[in-house]
Amino acid sequence: MNTFKINQLIGVAIFLFSVFVAVPYAIAASGRWDFYYTLTSVALLSIASAGVWLTFYIGRINIGQGAFALIGGYVSAILVTKAGLSFWLTLPLAGLFCAFIAVLIGLPILRLRGVYFAMVTLVLTEVSRLTMLALPITNGAKGIVSIPLPGALSIFGLTLIPDFSMLKNDKLAFYYVACVLMVICFAGMYRLVNSRFGHLCRSLQQNEELASSIGVNIAYLRIVVFAISSFLGGIGGAMFVAISQSIYPSSFQVSDSINFMLNCFLGGLGYVFGPMLGTLTLYFGWSLLFELGKYQLLIYSSLLIFLMLVLPNGLLSIRFSKMKGVQK
Amino acid sequence: MNPLLQVKNVTKKFGGLTANRDVSFDVEEKEILSVIGPNGAGKSTLFKMITSFLSTTSGEVFFKGEKISNLSPHLVARKGVVRTFQETTIFKSMTTHENVIVAQHLRAKATLAGYFFGTKAAREDVKKFSGTADEILEFLGLDDIRDEIASNLPQGHLRALGIAIGLATNPTILLLDEPFAGMNHDETMHTVGLVRKVRDSGVTVLLVEHDMSAVMAISDRIVVLNFGEKIAEGTPKEIQNNEKVIEAYLGSEDITIGI
Repeated sequence: MNTFKINQLIGVAIFLFSVFVAVPYAIAASGRWDFYYTLTSVALLSIASAGVWLTFYIGRINIGQGAFALIGGYVSAILVTKAGLSFWLTLPLAGLFCAFIAVLIGLPILRLRGVYFAMVTLVLTEVSRLTMLALPITNGAKGIVSIPLPGALSIFGLTLIPDFSMLKNDKLAFYYVACVLMVICFAGMYRLVNSRFGHLCRSLQQNEELASSIGVNIAYLRIVVFAISSFLGGIGGAMFVAISQSIYPSSFQVSDSINFMLNCFLGGLGYVFGPMLGTLTLYFGWSLLFELGKYQLLIYSSLLIFLMLVLPNGLLSIRFSKMKGVQK
Repeated sequence: MNPLLQVKNVTKKFGGLTANRDVSFDVEEKEILSVIGPNGAGKSTLFKMITSFLSTTSGEVFFKGEKISNLSPHLVARKGVVRTFQETTIFKSMTTHENVIVAQHLRAKATLAGYFFGTKAAREDVKKFSGTADEILEFLGLDDIRDEIASNLPQGHLRALGIAIGLATNPTILLLDEPFAGMNHDETMHTVGLVRKVRDSGVTVLLVEHDMSAVMAISDRIVVLNFGEKIAEGTPKEIQNNEKVIEAYLGSEDITIGI
């Protein structure tokens, strides 16, 4: 048990070191600055995927995270451009707004199970895209463009984050912010899943009737989980908008929603860090196959099908089955 | 004194089909009351209405004088009326011990946020849950299989685990839905012993059952349903000699109900 804990600590230390020191150093050495954008995207997409993963954890297939990423992006963009708020304030607001929407939508649709819930969430993504096209405040298909970069964040005169437009290398700054958010998100998720909250989620996933017979308010728990999930989607979307400095109704579409779900599948539904690994693999896998031109999609999807057949419990199951072997 | 649980004129209709018609009976404190009846007599429906898994079409259920029908199941559980399930319904991918820990939800003092941040109350809860789970498992003789994944357990143990989950909620009255179904004689007698033990620890037991020998051996009183209506109520002996009951079961005398 103790060696397991030490191993875990070492693992976390190596992870943090590679994310915050090794990767920036390697990029500086190789001069591949474009990798910053890729890795920042991976970090943000994995936050949104983590939300999807949590809804999987209560036994619901969520193909609607794109909707919440889009809503979060628009909330941040509108607040920054129209109300002149600091981006750092709009980031949590975007998340909270998404959580609020999730509660409203979740109340009726979380009663559905299995494929029915999945269908409704899928539709949700399309509905949000059409809504953003139609609303006057979102500026229709032209979207909201030239959003200013995030300003400085200071508390009591102490500057925590410098003004991004003053920085020489805002790519590196965005990379750090995204990674910090990702670390916070997954640390929180790990804690959540391993606390009693996570146990109750598992009880819900396995048998909702039994869960309610032992006194669990299943409706309440489902809503809380869906709200947390959407909060993460909103945060991810808002950060994306800050980086690209623009948002359109097509910024997050059905295909993004499906990718969020695939990230979870690929990484492993049983492991908290599954969505992170899944996002990294999927994102880089797609880019690496770019060389193949028109066969990219064909080979990519064949590989996915193959992976799911061979590893139905996700990539992380390789590591865990090995570890079990050692323990025996 | 008021009875612990009162079922008053409960009727349930599914469209044109009447599953229960005007059923009334009382459950006294610390007794074992069995509800029996041929297949389709509406026993399970009645159970579901008592625990609010189904709403009643008309009529009410009172627990300690308080109405508990047509609420949410988790609210009824919170009041102390807890059911187990007909099928072997447990949390399959958890160990026996984890099953009982999760089931102690109603004993929790800390909030969910408290568990997340690891407050003092939450840490105490976690420690206490583990201890109580061990006690319950030992009480039901399940301590040998504490760390087995529940889906690997044999039938008899699954039923016992179902009862353990029920007990973990600290119920006043435990409703067992066919606890002896699909068991051989030895397993049945073992489970009969467990149910007695549960009653002796101060929990009132209401059960629905097919297995006549077990019912006759275990019950203080029996309620008989046929086609959704109550046709008899009394001690096992009275029931065995009740002509309506005999007729309902077989149309004539037979050994399966012990006559």
